[in-house]
Amino acid sequence: MRFSVKTGAPLLALALALSACGTSGGDDEEASGGGGEAGTCEDVAIGYFGALTGSAANLGINIRNGVKLAVDEFNEENADCQVSLEEYDSAGDPNQATGLATQAIGDDSVIGVVGPAFSGESDTAGPIFAEGGLPTISASATNPDLSENGWDTFHRVLGNDASQGPAAATYIADVLQSEKVFVVDDASAYGAGLAEIVEESAGDAVVGTDTIQTGQTDFSATVTSIRSSGADSVFFGGYYAEAGLLVQQMRGAGVEATFVVADGVKDPGFIEAAGDAAEGTIITCPCLPPEESQDFYSAFEEAFGAAPATYSAEAYDAANVFLAGILEGNTDRESLLEWVNDFSGEGITKTITFDENGEPENISVWAYKVENGEIVADQEIETN
Amino acid sequence: MSFLFNNFVELTVTGLVLGAVYGLVALGYTLVYGVLQLINFAHSEVWMFGSFAAVWVTVALGVAPGSALPVVIGVLLLALLAAMTVSGGVALLLERVAYRRLIRLDAPKLVALISAIGASFALAEIMGLRDRVAGWIGLRDTLDPYVRSARDNTRFQNPLETEGLFTVGGYTVSNVDVIIIVSAVLMMVALDQFIRRTRTGRGIRAVAQDSEAAALMGVNRNRIIRATFLVGGIMAGAAALLYLMRFGVTRWNAGFLLGVKAFTAAVLGGIGNVRGALLGGFVLGLAENYGSALIGSEWRDVVAFLLLVVILLFRPTGLLGESLGRARA
Repeated sequence: MRFSVKTGAPLLALALALSACGTSGGDDEEASGGGGEAGTCEDVAIGYFGALTGSAANLGINIRNGVKLAVDEFNEENADCQVSLEEYDSAGDPNQATGLATQAIGDDSVIGVVGPAFSGESDTAGPIFAEGGLPTISASATNPDLSENGWDTFHRVLGNDASQGPAAATYIADVLQSEKVFVVDDASAYGAGLAEIVEESAGDAVVGTDTIQTGQTDFSATVTSIRSSGADSVFFGGYYAEAGLLVQQMRGAGVEATFVVADGVKDPGFIEAAGDAAEGTIITCPCLPPEESQDFYSAFEEAFGAAPATYSAEAYDAANVFLAGILEGNTDRESLLEWVNDFSGEGITKTITFDENGEPENISVWAYKVENGEIVADQEIETN
Repeated sequence: MSFLFNNFVELTVTGLVLGAVYGLVALGYTLVYGVLQLINFAHSEVWMFGSFAAVWVTVALGVAPGSALPVVIGVLLLALLAAMTVSGGVALLLERVAYRRLIRLDAPKLVALISAIGASFALAEIMGLRDRVAGWIGLRDTLDPYVRSARDNTRFQNPLETEGLFTVGGYTVSNVDVIIIVSAVLMMVALDQFIRRTRTGRGIRAVAQDSEAAALMGVNRNRIIRATFLVGGIMAGAAALLYLMRFGVTRWNAGFLLGVKAFTAAVLGGIGNVRGALLGGFVLGLAENYGSALIGSEWRDVVAFLLLVVILLFRPTGLLGESLGRARA
């Protein structure tokens, strides 16, 4: 009865919000390569598509600000080519996304869209963008299946969930030198998918597995299994609410195993819930640490009065791919789509090129570590 | 299977700890049901408010773990008092706003049930939006430590450090484990005595048996109903502190799952039966732990609720079955 609305809806929104993660940077060169024969770009707009209100609004606003910074910088540099920014506030709701996508298709001035931000809304809006031939670049949607639908307009600038699992397993084996791994998941599409990949990659080192439920607060049986398995590392696939409780109860029961989690836990809420127990937790994320790109960091801080957060830098890169194309005279959807498909250039987060499905060809996964109550960059994880 | 036996003591102790919390919350359901024959679905929110009261006391006092023992005990007692006061207050407020008029008009039970569900939503959402509420009255910044990340987990900084006391069967029983189980049993005994021996307790039993006859004998029915809500709220407040000592975290919607489990514990033990509530809590906590150990944590609710169904099939009135009214003096 009431839990379907009361607990379910916020958790769903949370789940959507968190298939994403942290701040980024790269080096200073923008994706907007060289000047061109400019031409007039009257009535040209790029869109931002994602939540600006609703429970996951913060995540969407971080992304929108990245896009806005790129557009503002572009307009400042190119007085004769002013690009406007259209915002489509989906509130992170896949049901609202279809109507908004249709609206974006109907506006001929919009020739490229950064977004949709979350995997759920990407799933419902994707076919509409594909039919309208409107190119999209998502800065945060990480569900691996999104690129398998044959939408030629779909692109993203970050590694999907399938790249994080092997990276986490690599870190556990090579850096932690762990010989006994215990894998826990929360039965969500995100968490269970990741845990399965880690389990496969870790192979014989897996000494036990367990599945918990979202919303659960007592993990004593899980902690007992971890303790009696003698594991020296624990991987948890899930979100920060359960992760905080689980690690706290593990430490409370005297389990010293290293706690390894993925981007769904890269949130201050994890440390808020776990307190001192969070110390030493390893968090993987397909995102660069913000200090890797000082110029972007300070420009962003100046523009919005706050440090760039989750996926701001990825959004900045995505917008710059479009803007570079517009500067080259690609001011309709068809030619801009072609531009994006063939794009190759340095972004602040990585060298950006897309494969035929719209997946980025260069992926970087970083390990972060909780130290003194802060999530700090540890090292890049070598994949492949 | 061998996992269950190898870790039997640990699973039993942690199951009893969880069960003790279920049992104390279950008392609130059982008492109100015993007297009014309705399920107070907003009781989970009574518990949730108590848990926040305890958290806020420790935030306000800012006691670091590892303080001197008298300080620790003092802080915990203050937190307990705050949790009991707030929970008791919310329970009284519920009675006044969501129930009293309906009871006076003799409205159908279903109406009171809907009213309770509505109150439960409202209370939970108010807690989840407490940062906005603080903003309206212009105190958002002043109250920041109390209202920030209103929709995320809020941590309880337990002033008492967890310490192992003794080891049985490979499991080191901690001071917190002992405190929780012992205080739950003590409170249970105290409540049982209260209902059996005091004047108010006799009134509660009388109203539970036959409220009209009780009124004819000079029992003030409204006062007894208020007392029942208050006692249930106080027990929920105590449960809130014990819960925080073990799990360390609360949130605006944490009451929901706990409420369902506590209600289950009340039915399992025999709803309307005070002793049954604690027994039901213990049985449910143990069943969840053993079930998780046998087949995996994702099955814990399946095991627990299957057990409920089976027990009710054979004992439709629950394990102890007896209603509040028929408790012997």
